[in-house]
Amino acid sequence: MNKEKKIAISAKNIVKDFGSLRVLNDVTLDIYKGEIFVILGGSGSGKSTLLRIMTGGIPLTSGKVFFGDADLSTASDDEKEKIKRRFGMSFQSSALLDFLTVEENVSLPLTEHTKLDSKVVSIISRMKLNLVGLQGFENYTPSQISGGMKKRVGLARAIAMDPEIVFYDEPTAGLDPVVCAVVDQLILDLTKKLNLTSIVVTHNMESVFRIADRIAFLYKGKLLELGDKNTIRNSSNPIVQQFIKGEIEGPIQINDSD
Amino acid sequence: MLKLFEIVGRRTINWFQLSVDFIRLFIETLYWIFVGPFKGKPIKSKAVFEQMVFMGSNSVIIVFFVIFFTGVVLAMQSAHQLSKMGGTIYVASLVTISICRELGPVLAALVIAGRIGAAITAEIGSMQVNEQLEALDTMAISPVRYLVVPKFISLFFMLPCLTVIGDAAGILGGYVIGVFTLDINPALYMQTALKYLTLKDIYTGLSKPFVFAMIITMVGAFMGIKTRGGAVGVGKATTISVVSSFILIIVADCIVTGVYYFINF
Repeated sequence: MNKEKKIAISAKNIVKDFGSLRVLNDVTLDIYKGEIFVILGGSGSGKSTLLRIMTGGIPLTSGKVFFGDADLSTASDDEKEKIKRRFGMSFQSSALLDFLTVEENVSLPLTEHTKLDSKVVSIISRMKLNLVGLQGFENYTPSQISGGMKKRVGLARAIAMDPEIVFYDEPTAGLDPVVCAVVDQLILDLTKKLNLTSIVVTHNMESVFRIADRIAFLYKGKLLELGDKNTIRNSSNPIVQQFIKGEIEGPIQINDSD
Repeated sequence: MLKLFEIVGRRTINWFQLSVDFIRLFIETLYWIFVGPFKGKPIKSKAVFEQMVFMGSNSVIIVFFVIFFTGVVLAMQSAHQLSKMGGTIYVASLVTISICRELGPVLAALVIAGRIGAAITAEIGSMQVNEQLEALDTMAISPVRYLVVPKFISLFFMLPCLTVIGDAAGILGGYVIGVFTLDINPALYMQTALKYLTLKDIYTGLSKPFVFAMIITMVGAFMGIKTRGGAVGVGKATTISVVSSFILIIVADCIVTGVYYFINF
């Protein structure tokens, strides 16, 4: 079935060292167009590093990252910019610019990369805010809105340029269960409605089983398991089982995942 | 002994790497100023004017008072010495030349390094630890072009303006002491003040703020970008930024003064 699908991102033999510490060890995976791909793993497993390597935020030690035919790891600055315009990213801390209003934050990529009239930019920004349920908050500053709303503004900003791919770094971290469900539903809706490819890094198991089409489980920088929800749920690997069940006893030691 | 070499070696490499990164940031800033506009990435004029208000207009009062009182102190100190030789009148020229050549530019720069340099590091440092710089980069927006360039251009033009205001304030401080305490005739004071002030004094003093402005912005931005480790990291970076700017301003002042002194422009 997967052979019929087009590959959106292909990570080949990714290795990342921080000094003498190997954070990612020969990770290879393909992410298909239109799917919600979850990168799962405990703290320090390398999942956020993998995400940042895919977005070009961190240079890799060895390996390659392909967006279609374009190789991000060897691209020139101009090519990197073109690739980056094809994706959006929602950050764990929302990463909204404090000195801009909600609407200005969402319109930032549009004003920087297009020559659209400011009125058109404003209309598009308001449409995106509408999509995440934040109409009426355009003139608020990030400090005036809640954590969940910030995440949604970050999401609106990530989709402002109508990207092909959206990366989400811990989209539900620090949110209450109801807001978590709202953000999950948003990810599902946006992915389907806008025909996006979504790559989500999280360790919130409820979210994972709610939104994921496929899941990659990372442990100590290695890809331990890759498959759909049922593959992960029924995995025979005791590490995966301990993690998804959140058990204290098992092969994962607290110091390992901390 | 081997450990000592190891520590010295590692620190030297770190310093070298930091210097390379600093120069890279400076070159990137110049690239976005001079090359970027020709590649469809214009300078953000609105941000430049906003920064000019923050850096320039809002700093006038503090620069004015710092240099005014320096002029007052300088006049009192020199009057004490010159009066012994019957040369009290020369307080006017001593204050004017000292302020225009040296104290005005340096004190204005030190005040601005404390006020603006710290603000630049704190702002960019906070953005760094809150992933905002990474967010800009992910949106294919250069943080240097978006954040550093407007500050660089703004301070490059504002610091000389502040220095001129500071020079005037310092001369006024000397005038106040000269006229109201030393009983020097106001017209004679001004005449003496301007008589010994040469064109070289003025351009020596006014060329320095351009160099100081570059130092303050680049050190502030560099330390901001290098910030790691949350609120504590921002605090540390801000302290290092201000201290480094102070030292570099004094060193640069020495170099520029040396150039004018030895080359004799």
